[in-house]
Amino acid sequence: MMDGNFDDALTGEQKIRNFNINFGPQHPAAHGVLRLVLELDGEIVERCDPHVGLLHRGTEKLMESRTYLQNLPYFDRLDYVAPMNQEHAWCLAIEKLTGVEVPRRASLIRVLYSEIGRVLNHLLNVTTQAMDVGALTPPLWGFEEREKLMVFYERACGARLHAAYFRPGGVHQDLPPELIDDIDTWADEFPAVLADIDGLLTENRIFKQRNVDICVVSEEEIQDWGYSGVMVRGSGLAWDLRRAQPYECYDEFDFQIPVGTKGDCYDRYLVRMAEMRESVKIIKQACEKLRNEPGDVLARGKITPPSRTDMKTSMEALIHHFKLYTEGFHVPEGEVYAAVEAPKGEFGVYLVADGTNKPYRAKLRAPGFLHLQSIDHVAKGHQLADVSAIIGTMDVVFGEIDR
Amino acid sequence: MSEALTELAQHIEAKRPDCVLSWEISHGELTMNVTLSSLAGFVEFLKTDRNCRFSTLVDITAVDLPDRDPRFDVVYHFLSMYQNHRIRLKLAVREDDMVPSITSVHPSANWFEREVFDMFGLLFTGHPDLRRLLTDYGFRGYPLRKDFPTTGYTEVRYDEEQKRVVYEPVKLVQEYRQFDFMSPWEGAEYIMPGDEKAEG
Repeated sequence: MMDGNFDDALTGEQKIRNFNINFGPQHPAAHGVLRLVLELDGEIVERCDPHVGLLHRGTEKLMESRTYLQNLPYFDRLDYVAPMNQEHAWCLAIEKLTGVEVPRRASLIRVLYSEIGRVLNHLLNVTTQAMDVGALTPPLWGFEEREKLMVFYERACGARLHAAYFRPGGVHQDLPPELIDDIDTWADEFPAVLADIDGLLTENRIFKQRNVDICVVSEEEIQDWGYSGVMVRGSGLAWDLRRAQPYECYDEFDFQIPVGTKGDCYDRYLVRMAEMRESVKIIKQACEKLRNEPGDVLARGKITPPSRTDMKTSMEALIHHFKLYTEGFHVPEGEVYAAVEAPKGEFGVYLVADGTNKPYRAKLRAPGFLHLQSIDHVAKGHQLADVSAIIGTMDVVFGEIDR
Repeated sequence: MSEALTELAQHIEAKRPDCVLSWEISHGELTMNVTLSSLAGFVEFLKTDRNCRFSTLVDITAVDLPDRDPRFDVVYHFLSMYQNHRIRLKLAVREDDMVPSITSVHPSANWFEREVFDMFGLLFTGHPDLRRLLTDYGFRGYPLRKDFPTTGYTEVRYDEEQKRVVYEPVKLVQEYRQFDFMSPWEGAEYIMPGDEKAEG
């Protein structure tokens, strides 16, 4: 019989098999150049293999052949969303080894700009994560504020993105008083903008459908996968290096550490929104302190340049300036690990110095590296569409992951 | 701070004398030199011991010291969020030594070990998936070793005729610029023409 026989329905081709797709490297929701090889059973993710390194520039290798000061701008190019926070870790590592005390005013400026960096990062992350799950307006609103903050970057150091403003021993230049006033005014106006974005997203039905109960992270997973930053705080652990292991002068600022309860994408969104409000508080306090405490912004010594006026009159100062920018300063032999609470989590620098003017080895520990490597673990069992929500909530930036 | 670290170091040394070779505290950080064979058990101990609770793996990396006999140092950083302290473990490793993988204790070690393998060519035993991580598909060599040139060996360009990206040996239009700014009174050794006469 021609029709009655369906035995051939189980030939090799017709057997149901899992479907493999490439997500990226050119995908708007991949937040950069990420290639995910996804194995799908219907719409459910069975396996997720990230291929990273497409933005690998060999930063660590390059750093070994440059002086400590020449290495500083590489840090802007790691997490280019909040550049100064990375520079901070490098400066702290050098200061720890050389034993340099940062002047009070420089310390305040560093805190001010680290918090501006945090707002820059969270604005980008919250709004683009919203875009990944289907909302187009938030990025437009968020980027307008980012623009204002980058103008503050520019007015402090001349560059909107790649600042090279934090220097070992302080910051490059003092802030003009008008800039401090303008930052203060911005900090007064910003909560209203944040409330607008909040109004768009927090109770938005689609946003909640896409984020609530997605990528739930437990305390055990935090430990196993080495999470840090918002990935930890979203699950209810109040772990923040600014509080737990205070650096710079964070211990004298009054701010709260927001935590989530369930540890899903939605909680992490709420934590980021709350952190921005806390950062605004710190910015206001820092502006107030900066107005009342004038002073030098660089620890004058071997690792920082002499003042411009000194160079006009003193031969030694001129020689010092020349040697500093050609040979660079020497860092005593030793090894340190310095970490800061970058907006994405713990950003650390492991620095091995051999007493010369170049680092013998520098390892950059990026928070996104650990977050991304757990994507196979957390995305398993989620739908394909959730993968972009998960990438967004992990806050990955390939500048720092690929280095 | 350093008293607490000293206490911690003494506690660990007393509990695991066979694993710890030596320890020191500098710049407020505790560094322990440990033995290669007992690494996985020691890390497990650090994770579970009530006084340590180093439950978070912060970083794994290596340092290349070509002039020393065990050529590499593998460096582990751990953090305890509960006790709020950190520790650094150092492991002297020869080029052909197999380092025990700690992925069974800390799953987050996976990519770190892959990176160390990629950059330094050190092998980890018991690692589930030891592929290259950051370098190109089909890359050869170990870039972070000191004898690997910063420029690398190959360069890529798009070939209009073959309509694909081709790999070629690296060609430098000018020499790679490595200036020596070290003070002639310290550091760099300058050999001037005629120096050999002064010796004799």
